[in-house]
Amino acid sequence: MPTKPDTAAASTARDGAEAGEPLIEIEDLKVHFGLGGGGLSRLTGRGAGTVKAVDGVDLTLRKGEVLGLVGESGSGKTTLGRTLLGLNRPTGGHIRYRGLDLAGLSERRMRPMRRELQMVFQDPHASLNPVMDIRTAVGHPLEIHGLAASEEERDAKVVEALERVGLHPAEQFLDKYPSDLSGGQKQRAVLARAIIADPRLLVADEPISMLDMSVRAKILQLMLDLRDDLGLTFVYVTHDLASAKYFCDRIAIMYLGRIVELGTTDEVFAEPRHPYTRALLAAIPEPDPERAVTRNLPRGEVPDAARPPAGCSFHPRCAAALSACGWEARDLRTYLERRWLTLEPDDWARERDLLGDLTGLDTPGLLEAVLRPGRGGTAEDVLALLERLREEDADGEAPEPFWRGVTALELRDGAVRLAFAEPADPRLLPVAGAGTTVACHLHDPARSAAVPPQTPASA
Amino acid sequence: MSAHVTSPEPAPAGTADTSRPVLSVRDLRVWYGTPRGPVRAVDSVDFDVRPGETLGLVGESGCGKSTLGRGVLGLAPEGAAVDGEVNFRGTNLVSLSKKQLQELRGPELGLIFQEPMTRLNPLMRISEHFAETLKTHEPGLTKDQVRERALEALRGMGIPPSRYHNYPHEFSGGMRQRIMIALALVLRPAFVVADEPTTALDVLVEAQIIRILADLRRNFDTALVLITHNLGIVAEACDRVAVMYAGRIVEQGDAREVFARPQHPYTQELLRSTISLSTTGLHYIPGAPPDLVEPPTGCRFHPRCPKAMKVCAAVEPPDVLLNSGSTSACWHQAQNIAGAIPPEHATDGREPLALAEEISVADEA
Repeated sequence: MPTKPDTAAASTARDGAEAGEPLIEIEDLKVHFGLGGGGLSRLTGRGAGTVKAVDGVDLTLRKGEVLGLVGESGSGKTTLGRTLLGLNRPTGGHIRYRGLDLAGLSERRMRPMRRELQMVFQDPHASLNPVMDIRTAVGHPLEIHGLAASEEERDAKVVEALERVGLHPAEQFLDKYPSDLSGGQKQRAVLARAIIADPRLLVADEPISMLDMSVRAKILQLMLDLRDDLGLTFVYVTHDLASAKYFCDRIAIMYLGRIVELGTTDEVFAEPRHPYTRALLAAIPEPDPERAVTRNLPRGEVPDAARPPAGCSFHPRCAAALSACGWEARDLRTYLERRWLTLEPDDWARERDLLGDLTGLDTPGLLEAVLRPGRGGTAEDVLALLERLREEDADGEAPEPFWRGVTALELRDGAVRLAFAEPADPRLLPVAGAGTTVACHLHDPARSAAVPPQTPASA
Repeated sequence: MSAHVTSPEPAPAGTADTSRPVLSVRDLRVWYGTPRGPVRAVDSVDFDVRPGETLGLVGESGCGKSTLGRGVLGLAPEGAAVDGEVNFRGTNLVSLSKKQLQELRGPELGLIFQEPMTRLNPLMRISEHFAETLKTHEPGLTKDQVRERALEALRGMGIPPSRYHNYPHEFSGGMRQRIMIALALVLRPAFVVADEPTTALDVLVEAQIIRILADLRRNFDTALVLITHNLGIVAEACDRVAVMYAGRIVEQGDAREVFARPQHPYTQELLRSTISLSTTGLHYIPGAPPDLVEPPTGCRFHPRCPKAMKVCAAVEPPDVLLNSGSTSACWHQAQNIAGAIPPEHATDGREPLALAEEISVADEA
């Protein structure tokens, strides 16, 4: 059993959690990846751009807590988890840990820190070297950090760690190779390796998603036991809200590089505030036959992270979006394409010919859209069509939020011009009377006088 | 093998045509040769799928669900042996030649793969994918007809017609999976196997695909077998469910009924160990699925079963048709049938099975 040098016993660490003593403080963290422009992009003169994987995250990790980073692919949850351990280099911001700023540390100075900050990866089959026996693999951190004076000491510690993760009797596993172990056993061995050097923080990136249903609960239980017995702090990175609900104390919902909602697990699940959180919760398929997945899913697709929408990244998919949520020219094209799905082929062909080429709308960030009529009509016809659509949408059951962002629709120089409201980035603000913070204009009293009444998940 | 307690209800008059199965599988076996002996991946499986019906096939990895799905379509890997009957509209697919099967695949039998990212040709436009598929199977179609059929299929999947000439990389993962489904359905096959169609996808995209699959059975007469390890998806999108364990179907019935009142202990344990939003305590099945070279005697689940009796370890339980319409292969239901328990187990067969040794982590999955 590894013992903690500075936190005498596990129970004190748990008490620390109650007091909310911070372990790591993340401030305005940014991890941007430059897209390597190849020869082709140099020829065409198009800039390669940047992917803002993590874009301005503020977060405090408290000792002994399990914090869930939840989101879909491309939300930046994995990058954020890896950056905590210095596996990705931040391009801005700070990660404060024990008086040091991890964001600025060189690899050489970061390395000793990793004794205290450990990671468990998603795929247990890929996390263990296939030609390294379990004794060597699990004992590797001791060697790297010089924590075992002799082979006997190393073996004793390895046995202890294996027993701790339930690989019992440990002697039976020492000389085995990863290929001799099942998926669940491998993930246990990975956890043994992660705890052997007596860490304080464990970042677990989808640790159970590659395992079978019948084993997932076992590994989750093991991680809960490790937290209680060793006083570990966990960052649990996942897309699976059901396991996050069971495992986490607090949850941060991420969308396109930002935290959109942060609160205690109880609060986030009982009363999700951000429209994206609501959508996620409503979309989880449940084996309970009495509960059906909502038919009312957010429209559209997860946007391209290299060209994120203006304002709130979720606005193109949000049914409740306001004028300041970030409407821009590309949203007009998406709006029209969505409409075309409902048209008969002939009607669609007519509109397509009238509207002509829409590719000019695709540039991100255009607050003005200029539509030149195609072969099928005049600018007046285009204007008439758009005005008719705006009226129809206003009369419909579900008002189309797109038009809220349109501040002008007019003829100008033989074309139709649309102007959009100035976008505003929603900031993570505390919700009055609750412990949750939400980045959404709907919950910003300064922007929306009356929050539209919305029924949660079941809507 | 089957000892039926009650007879199935007669089909209501007038619906005889739609209630006749499109595909009827009887005693299907698929096995692979290994140096240690044959692996019986699918071992005597029976099921029917009717027009417009979705059958969910669930189980842990290695239970044989994917092998079964492929085997039905004649796509079992090289070196696998297939035996039994797969009756598709009066033809036994198992007895057909490769070439004959090839002709049926597409217009009659469809397959939707997992990992949509890797299944479209990156150098071909979406329009070319559709043209190739349609021209191969229906050479008489004109260019305009191809376009019309393709756009109709794409529209059903929520892909705007203006994106018809785009390349696969211009679509998101969810859109690509919807394009794959459209490609499988554009030929209007009577029977489709969807093999983990949402496994690599995100929560919201998954919900979208589930909705599309659920709508499919309302709007088309396509019979669908949906293979998944996610019980939630079955509850959402399937009419009936078949639960597989170690190469066998252990319980089969109406999806709502099976999830509300699971009868087979394996189904009960699987449902209990699933982590869902309503999970308040963690539960798991001890041990691991058996080695299919030497499966356990009697009921294959008995070494892990909390309710195992002595007869379970000795004799294989028959399929029992229950009053709910489900079938379950478990001695807890079969013991009530007179004469089902062989005479040599009649006296002590119902006694609880004392497990020789506790199952430890050493045996876990």
